[in-house]
Amino acid sequence: METYVLQIFNGISVSSILMLAALGLAIIFGLMKIINMAHGELIMIGAYVTFVTQNIFMSYVDKDYFDIYFIFALLAAFVITAFVGYLLEITIIRHLYGRPLDSLLATWGVSLVLQQLARSIFGAPNVDVKSPTWLDGGILIWGDLQLPYKRLFIMLLVALCICGVYYFLYKTTTGRRIRAVMQNRTMAKSLGINTRKVDAMTFAIGSGLAGIAGCALTLLGSIGPTLGTNYIIDTFMVVVLGGVGTIIGTVAGAGIIGLGNTTFEFLTDASLGKVLVFSVVILFLQWKPQGFFTIKSRALDE
Amino acid sequence: MLEIVAKIKEYFLKRNAVISIIFVLLCLAPLFLSDFRINLLGKFVAFAILALGIDLIWGYTGILSLGHGVFFGLGAYCMAMYLKLESSAGKVPDFMSWSGLEVMPWFWKPFASAPFALTMAILIPVLLAMIIGYLTFKNRIRGVYFTILTQALSIIFVVLFIGQQAYTGGTNGITNFKTILGFSLSDPATKLSLYYIAVLLLLAAYVFCKLIIDRRIGRVLVAIRDGENRIRFSGYNPTVYKVFVYAISAGLAGLAGAVYVPQVGIISPAEMGIIPSIEMVSWVAIGGRGTLTGAIIGAVLVNSLKSVVSESFPDIWSYFIGITFIVIVIFMPSGLVGIYQQIKKVWRNSLLLKRKEAAMKH
Amino acid sequence: MDTVLEIKDLTVSFDGFKAVNDVSTAVKKGDIHFFIGPNGAGKTTLLDAICGRVKPAAGSIFFKDCGDVTKLAEHEIVERGIGRKFQVPSVFNSITVFENMELAAEKKRTIFSTLFSKLSQEQMERIEYVLNIIGLYEKRFEKPAALSHGEKQWLEIGMLFVQQPEIMLLDEPVAGMGRKETDKTGELLKEIAKDCSVVVVEHDMDFVRDFASTVTVLHEGTLLVEGDMEEVQKDPRVIEVYLGRGGE
Repeated sequence: METYVLQIFNGISVSSILMLAALGLAIIFGLMKIINMAHGELIMIGAYVTFVTQNIFMSYVDKDYFDIYFIFALLAAFVITAFVGYLLEITIIRHLYGRPLDSLLATWGVSLVLQQLARSIFGAPNVDVKSPTWLDGGILIWGDLQLPYKRLFIMLLVALCICGVYYFLYKTTTGRRIRAVMQNRTMAKSLGINTRKVDAMTFAIGSGLAGIAGCALTLLGSIGPTLGTNYIIDTFMVVVLGGVGTIIGTVAGAGIIGLGNTTFEFLTDASLGKVLVFSVVILFLQWKPQGFFTIKSRALDE
Repeated sequence: MLEIVAKIKEYFLKRNAVISIIFVLLCLAPLFLSDFRINLLGKFVAFAILALGIDLIWGYTGILSLGHGVFFGLGAYCMAMYLKLESSAGKVPDFMSWSGLEVMPWFWKPFASAPFALTMAILIPVLLAMIIGYLTFKNRIRGVYFTILTQALSIIFVVLFIGQQAYTGGTNGITNFKTILGFSLSDPATKLSLYYIAVLLLLAAYVFCKLIIDRRIGRVLVAIRDGENRIRFSGYNPTVYKVFVYAISAGLAGLAGAVYVPQVGIISPAEMGIIPSIEMVSWVAIGGRGTLTGAIIGAVLVNSLKSVVSESFPDIWSYFIGITFIVIVIFMPSGLVGIYQQIKKVWRNSLLLKRKEAAMKH
Repeated sequence: MDTVLEIKDLTVSFDGFKAVNDVSTAVKKGDIHFFIGPNGAGKTTLLDAICGRVKPAAGSIFFKDCGDVTKLAEHEIVERGIGRKFQVPSVFNSITVFENMELAAEKKRTIFSTLFSKLSQEQMERIEYVLNIIGLYEKRFEKPAALSHGEKQWLEIGMLFVQQPEIMLLDEPVAGMGRKETDKTGELLKEIAKDCSVVVVEHDMDFVRDFASTVTVLHEGTLLVEGDMEEVQKDPRVIEVYLGRGGE
């Protein structure tokens, strides 16, 4: 029982990272019908930014202050990946509007290049990031069951980010613009919204969220150039399951995929667990082909 | 008699010039290339069979499957099971005994027969595609949603095949084959025959696909790409056609896998993953989607380049293919064949112009 | 005249909003039957329900002797003999005009027949006949992308025509057309109505006046008035709906 509780707890913390990554992906897809296969590599960039920040602190900052590097790393991860996302949008993505399948393929090319770039700069082997000491240890619940601070911190971080995104999308003018474009692009355009600017900004923010996810991942294990590929498909499944364009859908989708993975893996084994989750997703889609939550459209062929 | 010759000339030299040249070159290749290169080329020919299938479903019907590695892999594993059983001479294959399996699993037994293995290599992918296709297409899951599901499919199979080590050989896959139908696989004559069989099967696959796209069904497939919902109101049920084309394309992938294994001598889960699956699509994208010739050219050309470039500069290859792919997808959606057709058009127009000018002068 | 299509107590709702509310009406054989009404009256939704694009929450639609068609899939409804043209011209852009017609003309639409059967002489002649009527015979080997807006509309109507439905549903067939093109479309409709019934949703009142044999006015999802154009035009409720709101 205890192992199961711990498993579930770990499952939730992993699915919260998925949630963060999927949130960026879902907003981008909802807004511009772009499937970004390089999203995983943005996670990877966030992780390497954390690694570099740590190294800078190790070499140039007094030992006593080393532990606060992680805060800086979080910020840097967001800003730098958001900037990379912005560059991607203005150079490549903008050519791909209205071609969702092509966007998927072209961004796969991007992901190949980014992975190779990481390999050239940091080398192929994985590197470790030393977590700050204030995240060592954990809360003792009962018996031997200990919930590590690291994972609790990740959940807290994700919860904060989701609240932030919610606030941004629903309570600010910019957020309202984004939602307006999401629901009806032509209408928003004719109302004077600069859709190009909204697109670029949304892409940057979505990428920044992936960067934070990457930063959080460094707490759970070593990182390497192919870090992103391990997460990208689960992230996509979250989007398929949750539907596009709603925060609640993404949260629900991530919860189900994450918990499903852990539970099935606990009950069977790692390989059968994945098969079962996939089967469940396909069966679920028999019932609700568009995912949990969707925005309806009356167009014949989009 | 002369008329027939003229007809043949017209058919092969004018209308199908490029494809005729490709097949002539493929047949003559053993005269120029070393055994090693021919073996590689044979592998690429197998890939070309698969590329034809991807072109049918993606280029013509507009459905992007990123799980074709699975169908390729299933075909390859079926063939590998036969080869493994033949080289184990009735005993339990080596990797099974390493995993502590003493009795041969029941589903391995029938694969001792080559015809059975070959049939299964095509039939299993077809059936899997029919099931998955029916469950998704019936519910109108399409576009990127379908694509993502196929990606998940390929992850699942990789995980499954790695996990079930005793039955599949795990990460290492199945290898150490000795003979095929009694002929030694290391014998150059066998290798050459395998190469020609591959070319022959490619020709058969090409003719098969050509038959499909030249019939009315070809127009239905293109119409599904143009407007899937619209075709319903012309009275066609797109689900049936989509399942059909998915199954055909999976069958071709399975056949490609079966052709691949005896030439390469190993199949492992790595060949079924997402990355090989996208690479397969990239061949078609680069060669030219929506033309069968483009699919064949793409598969052979990209893979030849890959082996040449990555032999000397392994790092450069990722950059090269990544950037090429981005450029092709964004700016040249019809690929190399598209560029060729554009050039031909410009050339023909300028020729017409010149003739006109000449006529004006007179 | 015989009734071809009978709609009984039809209700279509989108997330609780009733786009069509308890509508009953009938389309007679050989009629050119117009549905008119202000925006949001439920005209397009009504057509969608007939051709199976949306499933009604309640009510039924009886077609000839085929029974209730609301349970059938879109392509099955087409097979029974109901054809539909959409508001935005939608034809297949990567195949030629002739091939567009060919797809619509062939009655056998199974995989097997699309693989092996070819057009009969009769079908060829019919396609050529229709191509002549819609004025696209000369352009039959071009791709629709090169056609004008009006020509695309005609092509789509032509595709419906060779499909030989018994009832044809047209959603704003003259939207975006000039006077001349509009009149030509009207003549085309008359030609078509010789063989089948036509249901049209249209805003162009001149067009309605010139060609309608029956007019049904819808308002906010319910049926307001039905009759010939003269009766409808005189009805105070219709005037109220069309003009009253402007005077508020």
